[in-house]
Amino acid sequence: MTVAGPRLQPTIFERSKPGRGGGKVAHPPTDALDRIPADQRREAPPGLPELSEPELVRHYVNLSQLNYAVDTGFYPLGSCTMKWNPKVNEWAARLPGFAGLHPMAPDAVAQGTLQLLWELEQILVELSGMRAVTLQPAAGAHGELTGILMVRAYHTARGDLDRTEVLVPDSAHGTNPATATMAGLRTVSIRAAPDGGIDLDAFRAAIGPRTAAVMITNPSTMGLFESRIGELIALVHGAGGLAYMDGANLNAILGRFKPGEAGFDVMHINTHKTFSTPHGGGGPGAGPVGVGEKLLPYLPAPRVLREADGSFRLERPGERPTSIGRMRSFVGSTGVLVRAYAYLRTHGASGLREVTDDAVLAANYLKHRLAESGAYDVPFPGVCKHEFIASAASIKRDTGIRTLDIAKRLLDHGFHAPTIYFPLTVDEAMLIEPTETESVETLDAFADAMIEIAHEAGTDPEAVHAAPHDTPVRRLDEATAARNPNLRWRPAVGSWTPCPD
Amino acid sequence: MAYGPHTPADRERMLEALGMASVDELFADIPPALRSSPLRLDPPEAEQDLMTRLAALAGRNRAGLTSFLGAGAYPHFAPPLVDQLLLRGEWYTAYTPYQPEVSQGTLQSIYEYESLIAELTGLDVVSASHYDGAAATAEAALMTCRATGRGRVLVSRAIHPHYRETLRTYMSGAGLACEELPLVEAGPAAGTTDLAELERRLSDGGDPVAGVLVGQPSFYGLLEPMAEVGRLAHAAGALFVAVIEPVSLGVLAPPGSYGADIAAGEGQPLGIALQYGGPYLGILACTEPLVRQIPGRLVGLTTDVDGRRAFVMTLQAREQHIRRERAASNICTNQALLALAASIWLASLGPHGLRDVAAMGAARATELERALADAGAPRLHAAPYLNEFAVRVPDAPAVHRRLLERGILAGLVLAEAVPDQPAVADGLLVCATETTTSAEIEAFGRAMAEELAATRSLAGASR
Repeated sequence: MTVAGPRLQPTIFERSKPGRGGGKVAHPPTDALDRIPADQRREAPPGLPELSEPELVRHYVNLSQLNYAVDTGFYPLGSCTMKWNPKVNEWAARLPGFAGLHPMAPDAVAQGTLQLLWELEQILVELSGMRAVTLQPAAGAHGELTGILMVRAYHTARGDLDRTEVLVPDSAHGTNPATATMAGLRTVSIRAAPDGGIDLDAFRAAIGPRTAAVMITNPSTMGLFESRIGELIALVHGAGGLAYMDGANLNAILGRFKPGEAGFDVMHINTHKTFSTPHGGGGPGAGPVGVGEKLLPYLPAPRVLREADGSFRLERPGERPTSIGRMRSFVGSTGVLVRAYAYLRTHGASGLREVTDDAVLAANYLKHRLAESGAYDVPFPGVCKHEFIASAASIKRDTGIRTLDIAKRLLDHGFHAPTIYFPLTVDEAMLIEPTETESVETLDAFADAMIEIAHEAGTDPEAVHAAPHDTPVRRLDEATAARNPNLRWRPAVGSWTPCPD
Repeated sequence: MAYGPHTPADRERMLEALGMASVDELFADIPPALRSSPLRLDPPEAEQDLMTRLAALAGRNRAGLTSFLGAGAYPHFAPPLVDQLLLRGEWYTAYTPYQPEVSQGTLQSIYEYESLIAELTGLDVVSASHYDGAAATAEAALMTCRATGRGRVLVSRAIHPHYRETLRTYMSGAGLACEELPLVEAGPAAGTTDLAELERRLSDGGDPVAGVLVGQPSFYGLLEPMAEVGRLAHAAGALFVAVIEPVSLGVLAPPGSYGADIAAGEGQPLGIALQYGGPYLGILACTEPLVRQIPGRLVGLTTDVDGRRAFVMTLQAREQHIRRERAASNICTNQALLALAASIWLASLGPHGLRDVAAMGAARATELERALADAGAPRLHAAPYLNEFAVRVPDAPAVHRRLLERGILAGLVLAEAVPDQPAVADGLLVCATETTTSAEIEAFGRAMAEELAATRSLAGASR
């Protein structure tokens, strides 16, 4: 948008006009395709838009300004860790030596990147207390699948073939049960105890000779440290199963708790949460996986190895037959990993612990502000870790205003909404995660807005129910979108236009 | 702490509000026996020092090589506008558009991505997005099993070895069978997928086949008889997955035109930097009837309460955060920023620019074929190719090594990349794109001729 005028944009196809654009690449000789058989060739060029550079750039700049982003404001999405994305990391990933390196290049050509990856693995080993780390998975859920496939390989190698169940607390991210299914295993859901932790009796009842693993998010998706974690791990190990830690909430425990030391056998890390790599509107991320001794043989291939002479190399195809194999092409999302490495080097041991201390302090402060106001239900009154749950259950009972309405009203106040209706176990849940990079003034302003909206729910519920009012668009008709899906633009005219030059 | 805003007074104020003397009290819930040992990591590094360190590491990678390496990742020209737009914080520091009212930029850009890839592939449903070409291919295979209720897929051995390995990992995880189709050994079709064997497997009385996966162009750069593969697959009630390279679709027939039900492939060639393997872009597209089987994010067009046109994530009942263990996939974080990069790149080139890029690659590859043949390294296969092909080089690993010493990255050593394919054991896989110059091709041809002469005289001397 310009500072005034309409904000919504036509689609890039509507901006197109045949004959515009060009000048980016040279024309090939006219006979370039003569050796391609006619029946293998495209009959007409694809209906891509034709725009001049100024129109194209304005399209994407104007579109970008319809987005809320960490660079523009506070983004308290619980379980997403929307911390600051340092600018030097973007510079680092774009260094030509890193950015231009071909993924199939011989090891001798790639020593700098291989060293960085190897060092990054060592840093993550130290932080997690695990024995080794693979950097291959492209996202948290991809890491979960990697981890659970290793668990399966472990049981299979021992001839322990009846272990077909994965225990997952009902407060877990949806990726956990979906991962179990992808790995050919069955999810057994475990209910939470009244204090928000896993119910030990339910856990005991569910565990047994069919248990392949338990997946525990610690701290939990309610922002609570699983205080019975020692007993839980001992129970699953006693039953012959393995303990998986979902590391989505690692930002709460850096330098305070090492999952490997506590007995976890495998965990994933979300670099796009804990280690500041940007979320990119949904991705990319990276999901390194740490393993203990038991799963070491099954790590995906290839691993990065350091030779006796200090040089680095990738494992060769088939070098480690116990591996579960590849989870993707090439070595991993190296560009993301360069950013994570930069973040970890920037902070070092003391800085990482401070990250956690400040993230937890900010969450507790914000929770205290909301609890003290009496405006919201705060179901778990003790200390939280890096995030906490507030609920609009009482507001809904008294005024009919729901969590969704409050989330939308926050947008009018210039804040992104927290994560809402998750975890599924709390009525009218709001999961709020401030991170360590927001100032106390921002935390106060957010708390003030939350409290004002709660008040407004009583005095002018219609204003809250109809929110948002000031955003580029208002509430959307999601039902029609799903009933009659329109998933692509169809150019109004024929898409074949002659080449302008 | 870098990037942290809190002054000591701020921390004190927050602790005071909590009635606490120290932040340690906030961690009292961690059982003492389970508390972390001290972190043995280096101290914090100032930004200036960090930049020096990173520049030195990047400098340890060998730059300035004249490269003919493709094999699934291809260098292409990217206009500077692409990266300048990607560096806008409103794009790269936004989250998944769960609040559509303040995410119309990302949502519209995804809808436009879906539309652009639909144009390229000739398939109407495009999900945005998957981790890379290998993961998208694996998801495509799983889709064929869900859609048909069958549990066996056939995959051409001419698909990228990393994709086949990834496919095996995913399929065995889900308890599904994945069989490889051999390649034609000799004659004009050598190196392409063996259709007679495909036909036999489709009706061998074994478990019915859910999907057939063939690459176009294949890993060896060859053009496959896609229309015929599609006919055979459909006759057996199986779905047909085309594993595509998107730039080639500027000139090659789109999957929708030859009967593919699903297209999967690596989106990196659409203006995304090589960066040693990622982040890349998994492309996944399918026909309309498969829309409820496709995993990953879908954005659709709708209206808001005031009747304005708007975009929103839709058909989310397929996704893990709604459906949990019954979801189509566990995918959550995806490659949205790379989908944006690909969209901007495609829009900056337009239909004619994309054609020029693909056709220029073909033209340079023709030059490269001639130069290498003249040097004594003829093509290994006779079938048509677009811009990548294998050449026969005696003692290929050694020649490749010596060329590297001379600053030439002579493609991929097939004996190392596909040790299970003896037919190409003395092959190098080379490619050209619009970034390859005639001067580079000439230099490569000269160097290859010299190395092969040296190899021959060495062999002669030892005889």
